[in-house]
Amino acid sequence: MFQHTIAELSQLLQSKSISSVALTRAYIERCESLDTELNCFITLTPELALQQAKAADDRIQSGTSEALTGIPIAHKDIFCSKNIKTSCGSKMLDNFVAPYDATVVERLANAGMVTLGKTNMDEFAMGSSNETSFYGPALNPWDKQRVPGGSSGGSASAVAARLVAGATGTDTGGSIRQPAAMCGITGLKPTYGRVSRYGMIAYASSLDQGGPLTQTAEDAAMLLSTMAGFDERDSTSVDRPVDNYNSELTNKLDGIKIGLPKEFFNQNLDSDIGDNINSAIKILKECGAVFKEIELPNSHLSIPAYYVVAPAECSSNLERYDGVRYGYRCEDPKDLADLYCRSRGESFGEEVKRRIMIGTYVLSSGYYDAYYLQAQKIRRLIRDDFQQAFNDVDIILGPTTPTTAFKLNENMDDPVSMYLSDIYTVSANLAGLPGISIPSGFSNGLPVGMQLMGNYFQESKLLNIAHQYQLQTDWHKQIPGEFKES
Amino acid sequence: MSWETVIGLEIHVQLATKSKIFSGAATAYGADANTQACAVDLGLPGVLPVINEEAIRSAVKFGLAIDAQIAPHSVFARKNYFYPDLPKGYQISQFELPIVSGGTVEIQLQDGIKKTINVTRAHLEEDAGKSVHEGFGNLTGIDLNRAGTPLIEIVSEPEMCSAEEAVAYMKKIHTLVRYLEISDGNMQEGSFRCDANVSIRASGETSLGTRAEIKNINSFRFVEQAINHEVERQIDILEEGGKVVQETRLYDPDKNETRSMRSKEEANDYRYFPDPDLLPVELSRDEIDAIRTQLPELPDARRSRFIKELALSEYDSESLTANKEIADYFESALSAAGGEAKLCSNWVMGELSAALNRENKEISESPVSANMLGQLVLRIKDNTISNNIAKQVFEAMWNGEGDADGIIEARGLKQLTDSGEIEKLVDDVISDNPEQVEQFRNSPEEKRGKLIGFFVGQVMKKSRGKANPQQVNQLLSEKLNG
Repeated sequence: MFQHTIAELSQLLQSKSISSVALTRAYIERCESLDTELNCFITLTPELALQQAKAADDRIQSGTSEALTGIPIAHKDIFCSKNIKTSCGSKMLDNFVAPYDATVVERLANAGMVTLGKTNMDEFAMGSSNETSFYGPALNPWDKQRVPGGSSGGSASAVAARLVAGATGTDTGGSIRQPAAMCGITGLKPTYGRVSRYGMIAYASSLDQGGPLTQTAEDAAMLLSTMAGFDERDSTSVDRPVDNYNSELTNKLDGIKIGLPKEFFNQNLDSDIGDNINSAIKILKECGAVFKEIELPNSHLSIPAYYVVAPAECSSNLERYDGVRYGYRCEDPKDLADLYCRSRGESFGEEVKRRIMIGTYVLSSGYYDAYYLQAQKIRRLIRDDFQQAFNDVDIILGPTTPTTAFKLNENMDDPVSMYLSDIYTVSANLAGLPGISIPSGFSNGLPVGMQLMGNYFQESKLLNIAHQYQLQTDWHKQIPGEFKES
Repeated sequence: MSWETVIGLEIHVQLATKSKIFSGAATAYGADANTQACAVDLGLPGVLPVINEEAIRSAVKFGLAIDAQIAPHSVFARKNYFYPDLPKGYQISQFELPIVSGGTVEIQLQDGIKKTINVTRAHLEEDAGKSVHEGFGNLTGIDLNRAGTPLIEIVSEPEMCSAEEAVAYMKKIHTLVRYLEISDGNMQEGSFRCDANVSIRASGETSLGTRAEIKNINSFRFVEQAINHEVERQIDILEEGGKVVQETRLYDPDKNETRSMRSKEEANDYRYFPDPDLLPVELSRDEIDAIRTQLPELPDARRSRFIKELALSEYDSESLTANKEIADYFESALSAAGGEAKLCSNWVMGELSAALNRENKEISESPVSANMLGQLVLRIKDNTISNNIAKQVFEAMWNGEGDADGIIEARGLKQLTDSGEIEKLVDDVISDNPEQVEQFRNSPEEKRGKLIGFFVGQVMKKSRGKANPQQVNQLLSEKLNG
């Protein structure tokens, strides 16, 4: 039963072949027994889930249900959820119970989805391996010695191990796409402004974007349809109608022009992954797509620019965690400075501190022009590169990550090599473009992800190509052996 | 050695919007602590600011009123610093691209001299909360009701050279924001407060001296005292061969002194950068023009109109228009009286102001409405009562005895204009006072004018003030001289 996609579960529920309560119970049991191995969840919410499942069954009975009604989902612990601990993977918020629902949580709940729990993540979404979580890393179900990627590692791992059919995540530099690739699932980062950030704990506000992690592109389309849309509580959300993603899935790919950025296929790329992407290209050619080499000449600047912009914004976004109103407060502060220093010093992890330090530095007077303004200029160059490219092609395709999932602790002492794990994903965030990672095969038993990037609000096109590819392949149907149902 | 003073003011004006600048919470003053602070004001994780359009309109109104440039594109920036009553750890303000820049304000000094003060910029920002030090033992309470209240900060050029000029400028800005109805201007409640940058230099010197910034002064009187004190302090330092340090100082009205808060070295690096949670504020020509049409008549224009169209003196016009409510009251009274601007002006600034001052009331609380005062003036105008009797009527109206006509009727105060009756009174007075009549007739012509006053007084007394003084005067001089 746990192999089912959201689309399949929807049919089972709507046809009343199964009740949401029964389905939810089964998932709760599976999570309770298997998550001890994977550490995907920071909080499980069985009581809330069963309550929501009952209400969902009532809606189905009364004929007022929607496609997503009754289906369990997990939320990355970065989304505030009313009366439930929302930790953001940090000791700072270990005691924080959100008094309100994030827009994403609210919309999915209004559609009748059942909240199974809150998933593990890198602390404040800062990390590419889930290892910076205060709760210890979630593990990769394909190899528990390895990381699931990050920062939405808990969500990716949970979906890959079929502990839940779909989950939410956030992507600031690759935090949905990179773990989706490493765990062999589908992960979509929408256009900046497509999904409301209200209630999504900010890491780097101009880059953060919420999106779905699912088995298939079809499921991602279903979740995005509900998650997306203008929200008056988020000034950066865009007031523009939401496309009908699912109806576009079946479009044929004949004549669609796909660009291959030569900068993404260089010596940094693992050769196995390169071969894998080439096989995927062959399949898409058979579907009618036309390929062309393109250039993104400034893409080598994306990681440096990202590591100026994101820390700058995070240094400011995290100032609210001061031990005064909520969150961790140190014991017996001597005075105000001591309250600040120890509350923050004792509860933020190393990576968070590192980025706060970098961000504080690049914004400080005398350095602002040289770093922050310069990085903003690079952002414009990167955006212009993409616009140039989209004059010639509809979609850009490449690998999602330079390597498959790495071992725990492998990169923990070397922040720069950790940062390079996002080398292919970061530029979409800097430009605000949508991107999707879909499973495209395996290398030494570990999943490989293929990334598609589109122009602004071209999620339909991304999902369409991903879906057509998934009709031809079954990489997305692979389940790690240990987590297959016997 | 002689010194000259250079002053620049940063005035913080709380805008009178119903809700906060970035959240839907109410802005009303005086609510129980933390009852007007929502998730956004508390800076909870995940919350986002949404600009209050009314705050933008208010800032634009102010900019238009001082003939400034309204930026078609302005940007909110974060000013980062830690303080317990600053919930997000940064204040959302404007830095490089403020909404208003480059306006002018004309001030008038005691000696009648006018001076134009340039306004560098005015930007929108949110207020912080309040730290409460009393009532929590050795702890500090935080009240976030004020957090997120919209402010405009109005920054002047360092162009004022005395406390008097600074006060005149501050009063002018106060008048303006009240006319525009963008702020209640309530200084006790902190809706209107300023920081003063004060420096001195040797007379004739062109470069600026080192300045001290005096923070958070919330009354016109304190601004004057603080600046005067600070100037003296700086002169003392320089005359003793010392150096003024650049620092932030606090004015203590109880001790009438300023004292150091922090030096330049201790100043924060605010790490301003554009707030990524808010889009730039884009204003089209059309939108700005639409706001322009909503501007009321401004004090300068109103003053000129009073001088030109109502033939009031510059002094009267200035006094009446300095406060919008007073000017509005005056104009309503004038229209009820059907003219007689000077008489109305005298009444508003005379009896009415005196009564308001005596009872410490605002004009909006006056028991005598503009219409009632207008009716009273009308009765003076049509000779129903004399100006003196009118004072009695005013007192009665003030005490709630009804309107002018009712009181005149009830108290029988109607002026005596029947010449027969007045003549009888005049004749009585002349025959009752033969000595004075004798004296009058023996006096030279030029002294008679003065002596006639005695007889007028007697007649008025006999009529209990009701006789028409002009008629009395005329009859007496006919009879005494004849």
